[in-house]
Amino acid sequence: MSILLLFVFAVVVEKMILIVVLFTITLGVAAYSTYGERKIAAFMQDRIGPDRAGPWGLLQPIADGVKMFTKEDFMPNQAEKWLYILAPGAFIFVACMTSAVIPWGTQLTLFGGSIDLQVTNINIGILYIMGFVSLGVYGIMIGGWASNNKYSLYGAIRASSQMISYELAMGLALISVVMLSGSLSLRDIAEQQTGFGWNIIYQPLGFIIFFTCALAECNRAPFDMAECETELIGGYHTEYSSMKLGFFLFAEYINMFISCAVISTLYFGGYNFPGLDPAWLGGLMGPIVLFTKIFFFIFVFMWIRWTLPRFRYDQLMHLGWKSLIPLAILNMVLTGGGILLFGH
Amino acid sequence: MQLTNRSVHVVNKKMNFWERIYLPAILKGMSITIRHFFMKPATVKYPEQQREFAPVYRGWHVLKRDEQGRENCTACGLCAVACPAEAITMVAEEREKGEEHLYKEEKYAAIYEINMLRCIFCGLCEEACPKEAIFLTDRMVPADYARNGFIFGKDMLVEGVTPDKRVDVTKRQKHVQEPKWAAETAK
Repeated sequence: MSILLLFVFAVVVEKMILIVVLFTITLGVAAYSTYGERKIAAFMQDRIGPDRAGPWGLLQPIADGVKMFTKEDFMPNQAEKWLYILAPGAFIFVACMTSAVIPWGTQLTLFGGSIDLQVTNINIGILYIMGFVSLGVYGIMIGGWASNNKYSLYGAIRASSQMISYELAMGLALISVVMLSGSLSLRDIAEQQTGFGWNIIYQPLGFIIFFTCALAECNRAPFDMAECETELIGGYHTEYSSMKLGFFLFAEYINMFISCAVISTLYFGGYNFPGLDPAWLGGLMGPIVLFTKIFFFIFVFMWIRWTLPRFRYDQLMHLGWKSLIPLAILNMVLTGGGILLFGH
Repeated sequence: MQLTNRSVHVVNKKMNFWERIYLPAILKGMSITIRHFFMKPATVKYPEQQREFAPVYRGWHVLKRDEQGRENCTACGLCAVACPAEAITMVAEEREKGEEHLYKEEKYAAIYEINMLRCIFCGLCEEACPKEAIFLTDRMVPADYARNGFIFGKDMLVEGVTPDKRVDVTKRQKHVQEPKWAAETAK
């Protein structure tokens, strides 16, 4: 009995440590994404970007955080008080939850023991992610509605309709991947893509659809309908200030980080890279490879943002319903045909 | 009737397949932005690094002294009259005995103020001045938090007596140094 208790305790401690480390890394990456975003935007516009706080402006995220915390926390008079406070918390909570099922590497060998580099290997990993990603829109909707501001409400409505339209195509693109791998567990999917057997080779169309939808799910340009500073003065977070606003902005960067992790895992072999065994360096090679891929995709996300202008709202709906969904269905049919002809 | 030759004829032709799937256009745009990513930034890091001014730049005014350190200004008021923004005010006073080393002529400006918020830096005061007392220089007027701080009195305008505190205005003295473009247009 006591041995069993000890074992349970050990597992809980191990997972807790992993969760804390993961949480820290997620927040760190999100914080430095804001810095990276500004630097990349600056370079693409022939500027320098933030360079005052610390060397090359590296302390900028900390300065931003201090600023966010010390600003006046204003609440509009007519706002729905509890929902108004709840929304940013709900948004960032949901954003942080998704990292639990992503396999960051195979196993970390430490002090003679080994630790799974995944918080939980549930067999419906993809479903879990899809579920939490669609929960994310609740933060935006509640925030937009509770602010009692028409611009916020417009932003929230746009965000929710965009979410509905693009989640469909995203799910359909995912089904093709699941058909190929025969499993919903992200670890299985990652393990199957050893060497150069990445899913992108079998699913180029699916990847483009998934990537487009991921941009839309993260509310990033060219799909930043929920914010559109030029039309909606910031959209759903117009009425937010101080760290509540900070939560909203931060959660978006966390979402982007997780999206890039999911894209890398689903289509680019996760922690696999030909010639690099993920078990090297005591298991650290896997996370290094995966994070390199993630940072590359974060760069691509930002690259796209600073290249393309925003879609018009009807163009967005047109693209979602009339192009991406039929294409995703076509991709599904093609994948099914391929499996029928050539096997897995 | 066409007023300029810059008008563009709008053609609403149907997009072809490659244009309709956006991707080639997106990739083209991305190739442009990535090229700019590696270009040299155009930024001038202002406080540490100053953009080079043109020789005719008109900034913060200076009230000149002559070689013996006496103020040139005689408070004739021509600059104030010439000023289109009415930024200059002055109070004239008579030079007393024993002040000959301070002021060049019998009359001088006891108070001389330029409101830098009203000033449009046109340089008409400099042109109006018969005594070569006021010049616009290549120094920028610094920022301030309050409006009062922009009313520059003699303490901010008159140059120092010692050689290191003198302000060089040779670029603005047309009779001393003919600008290059003037010589070229004369040809």
